[in-house]
Amino acid sequence: MSFPWAKHYEPKQPLMRWVDEKLPLPRLVYNAIGAGYPVPRNLNYFWNFGVLAGAALVCQIVTGVVLAMHYAANGAVAFGSVESIMRDVNAGWFLRYAHANGASMFLAVVYIHIGRGLYYGSYKAPREMVWLLGVVIFLLMMATAFMGYVLPWGQMSFWGAQVITGFFSAIPLVGETIRIWLLGGFAPDNAALNRFFSLHYLLPFVTAGVIILHIWALHIPGSNNPTGVDVKGEQDTVPFHPYYTAKDGVGVAVFFLIFAALIFFSPNLLGHPDNYIEANPLSTPAHIVPEWYFLPFYAILKSFTADFILPAKLWGVLAMFGSILLLFFLPWIDSSPVRSANYRPTYRWFLVVLLLDILVLGYVGGAEATARNVIMGQIAAGYYFAHFLIILPLISASERPRPLPNSITEAVLAKHAGTSPAKTAMAG
Amino acid sequence: MATVDDRLPPGEDPALLADDTFHDPRRRDFINIAAVSFAGVGALAIVLPLINQMNPSADVLALSTTEIDISKIEPGQAIKASFRKQPLFVRNLTPKEIAEADAVPVSSLRDPQTLEERTKAGKKNWLITLGVCTHLGCVPLGAGEGENRGPFGGYFCPCHGSAYDTAARIRQGPAPKNLVVPEYTFNSDTVVTVG
Repeated sequence: MSFPWAKHYEPKQPLMRWVDEKLPLPRLVYNAIGAGYPVPRNLNYFWNFGVLAGAALVCQIVTGVVLAMHYAANGAVAFGSVESIMRDVNAGWFLRYAHANGASMFLAVVYIHIGRGLYYGSYKAPREMVWLLGVVIFLLMMATAFMGYVLPWGQMSFWGAQVITGFFSAIPLVGETIRIWLLGGFAPDNAALNRFFSLHYLLPFVTAGVIILHIWALHIPGSNNPTGVDVKGEQDTVPFHPYYTAKDGVGVAVFFLIFAALIFFSPNLLGHPDNYIEANPLSTPAHIVPEWYFLPFYAILKSFTADFILPAKLWGVLAMFGSILLLFFLPWIDSSPVRSANYRPTYRWFLVVLLLDILVLGYVGGAEATARNVIMGQIAAGYYFAHFLIILPLISASERPRPLPNSITEAVLAKHAGTSPAKTAMAG
Repeated sequence: MATVDDRLPPGEDPALLADDTFHDPRRRDFINIAAVSFAGVGALAIVLPLINQMNPSADVLALSTTEIDISKIEPGQAIKASFRKQPLFVRNLTPKEIAEADAVPVSSLRDPQTLEERTKAGKKNWLITLGVCTHLGCVPLGAGEGENRGPFGGYFCPCHGSAYDTAARIRQGPAPKNLVVPEYTFNSDTVVTVG
C-alpha cells in the first residue's frame, strides 16, 4: 500500500519489463525504498538510523560468514582459532575487529533508533505493529550478541555464559533442569559452545526476516515525522529516492567514519582484557561485566539484594527481562494522542530524565557492587519502572500539549519562512 | 448455500440423506481429522529427540564421579578440585571455624542447615561443597591461600557480593542457597569419592 500519489513503476527497458512480468522484484524494491515510496518531507537526521541499523546488520553478516570459515567451535581449540584469526589469517585481524566493533556499532545505532521512536512517538497508533516487531528484533539482537560473545572462549566469554544461563536457574523447581538442558552439561563446555555457534549463525538471518516484516508493517501507514502530524496530501511528501537515499547516504558515510576510527585506532576500546585469557572453569575473573550495551539491564539484575516473598535472585531476573518486555506494552501505556515530544512539554522533560536514568544504570552496571553503587542502582532501577508504569500514564492523562501544526507543510514553512501559509492567508 | 461438502461423497449411503440426518462429523470429516491427527502425533514424536539432544550427552554424564585424595589438606586449608567440570571446594575446618558455624542460630539463616547436616558423621571438619555460587554460578573466593573470605570467614563471591560463612552457608548478598554439598562417601580416612 502507499499514498495514492505514489509513483508507479514503469520499466522502459524491454529486459526490465520482461523481468517485471515474470518476477516483480524490481517493482517491490522500487515501491519499498525507491521513488515509489512517498515519505514526509521534514524528516531529520534521526531518521537515518533505521537504514544505518540495516547497514550494520549487513556488515555483521558479511564479516561473520567469513569469520566462520576460520573459526572452530570446540572448547579445546576455539580460543586458539580466534588467536590464529588475529595473527595468521590474512586480514583476519581486520575481519574480527570489524565484527566485534560492528556489534557495538549495531547496538549503538539501534539504541538511537529506539530513542528516536520514544521521542517522536513512533510507537503510537497506527504504527504499534512496527514497534512490537522492533522490540522482537531488539531481543533477537541481544540473544545473538550474547552468544557471539561466548565464541572466543575467553574468561569473559565463559563466565558470561555461566552467569547468563544462571538466570534460568532462578525459575522455581525446574530452573536448574532448564539450565542444564540449555548448556548440555553442568557448566558451559563443548556442547554449549557448539550450540551457541549454531544459533549465533542462525539468528541474524531470523533477524533479517523480522526486519522485512518491520519494514512491511511500516510501509502500511508510512513513516512518522518530527511533527508527528499525519500526512495530509502530496505536498507533505517527497519520494524516498532520490531524496532520502541521498540523506541516508550522508549518515552512512558518517557511520563508516566512526566505525573505521574504532577498528583502526582503538579496536579494543569497548572490549575487556580478560577475554584475551583462555576460559578457565576453576577461576572467576575478579570483576565480571557484560559488554557496554547490556550494562543498564545488568544493573537492574544486580539491584535486588534481599528476599521479598520471592527470592532476590528471581526478582532480579524477572525485573531484568521485565524491563524489556515492558516495551511491548508501551503503545497502550502512553495514551496521549500527540505523537511528537516537540509538542509535549512535560513528557519531553521526563524523557530526558529517563535517558539520564538509563545512563546511571549503565554506570552502575559496570561498577563494583559497593554499598553506594547498589543504592544508586536500586533508585535508578526503581525510576525506570516508575517512568513507564506511573509517570507516563499520569502525564498522558494530565498534560496539555502545545498546539499542533495543521500539516507537515505548514510546520516546514513556518520554520523556514517565519510565517505559515495559514497565517499569511488570514493576514491577506 | 450448496457447496462441494454438501454433496454426497462417493460411497456414502444415500439412505442417510433420505432420512435427512447428517452424521456429525461426517465420514469425510472423520478421515480428515484422523489423517491430520496422525501426522500431528508423528510430528510430536519427532520433536522429542530434537528437545532431548540438548540434554547432557553420555560422555558428559560419564564424568559424574571423582576420587579425591584429602590426606595433604591441613586444618584451615582448602583445595579446589574438579567435579563435573565444575570447581569443588574441599576444606579442612579448624576447631575455631567449627565453633563459629555452630554458634549461629539456625533459624536466622536464609537456607537453614547446621554444619552437621552439611558434613558426614564424625567428619565434621571436612566441608565438601561445589565451588559454584548459588546466585549466578561464579566461583567464590576463599579456597585459595590469601583469598578474600568475606565478612563471615567462609567464601566470598566477587561477582555480586554474596558472602558465605565457615559452613559455606549463605549469610549476605543475592545468592538464595548455601553452597551445594554434593553426594560423596569416604572410601577411607584419606580418599573421598564425589558423585
